[in-house]
Amino acid sequence: MDTNELVQLLAADARPRGASISSVWWGAVGLAITLAAAVFLATLDPRPDIVAAAETPRFLLKFVVAIMLAASAFGLDRALSRPGGTWRKAMPYLAAAPVLLAMAVIVELLLLPPDTWSAKLVGTNSVVCLTFIPLLGIGPLIIFLLALRHGAPARPILAGAVAGLLAGGIAATFYAVQCTDDSPLFVATWYTAAISGLAVAGAVGAHLFARW
Amino acid sequence: MDGRDESELAGLLRAAIAGDARAYGDFLLRAASLVRGFAGRKIVRGGIDAEDIVQETLLAIHLKRHTWRDDTPVTPWLFAIARYKLIDAFRRRGRREEVEMGEIAESFAQPEPDTVSDREIGRALDTLAPGQRAAVAAVCVDGRSISETAKHLGMSETTVRVALHRGLKAIGRRFGRS
Repeated sequence: MDTNELVQLLAADARPRGASISSVWWGAVGLAITLAAAVFLATLDPRPDIVAAAETPRFLLKFVVAIMLAASAFGLDRALSRPGGTWRKAMPYLAAAPVLLAMAVIVELLLLPPDTWSAKLVGTNSVVCLTFIPLLGIGPLIIFLLALRHGAPARPILAGAVAGLLAGGIAATFYAVQCTDDSPLFVATWYTAAISGLAVAGAVGAHLFARW
Repeated sequence: MDGRDESELAGLLRAAIAGDARAYGDFLLRAASLVRGFAGRKIVRGGIDAEDIVQETLLAIHLKRHTWRDDTPVTPWLFAIARYKLIDAFRRRGRREEVEMGEIAESFAQPEPDTVSDREIGRALDTLAPGQRAAVAAVCVDGRSISETAKHLGMSETTVRVALHRGLKAIGRRFGRS
């Protein structure tokens, strides 16, 4: 087949064009949040003291960090799913959530006496955290990998890892409603570990399914 | 490549996305010549045919044209696709060389076939389902229009369009996978 024949062939197929990638991303994130909410309602309950907890900065910080992570990963992955997209400009925002959490850890270390550090870090339900963040995040991750597959990521592995961070941010936001460990030391250890697992799964998944 | 080329190309692609097949053909031919220049500069060693890169890029442009935001320049998008396809070709060639080395070790008295190598996309054509292949071949090899192809194959125009579209997607998937 020579190139002119190919051009003729492609021009004959001009009409059907896939849904624009930006509308696909908005649909994907809406679906992912719905799915994570459904899994949360089916498997977990809000912590019993949620009303009192809602007035404590440590509890609220978990939501701020998780939502910041999800929002920055969403912007970055939308850019990564387009060839020639300006993803390098969106990259620095991804640091916002980790930097905020690191600052909270420093403040926590200054506030708490050293002999309580390890108890705060270990917390009461790290296994539950490591189970439910991936469980809440895996459905959203699959949705985001499908969005990447519909797009054209020139760096599939990076795009997949960021999809894992996005799924992890959404999962952590829901999980935090149930979780009674509010210390930044706990969050920085166990939330980070669980979300990193999703990022690795996303990188592998995109390497396998989002190449084009 | 200057600002006028860029805005002309963007105009052609916008018209193409709105359904103008002639504008689309023009766009693809101009894209092909840009990619041909790009690939020619990048491929310094043998083993990869620049025209294969041109064709794989055109097919990817076609299948992924919904990833172009029509308020952004076309050429960065186009060259990013070409670069991705070039890297992909280098990767596949690396793997094929390994395979070929293995085959040579097993039986090294194989004579070189001296037929002219067909394009990668032409080879991919052979793997399509019969209906898809008939539609693709009628449009591209015989140069028929969609309505002529429909009459010739005794199918409806919609069926031909669908077969053509699915055939192109199937060819595209082969490149992502291998």
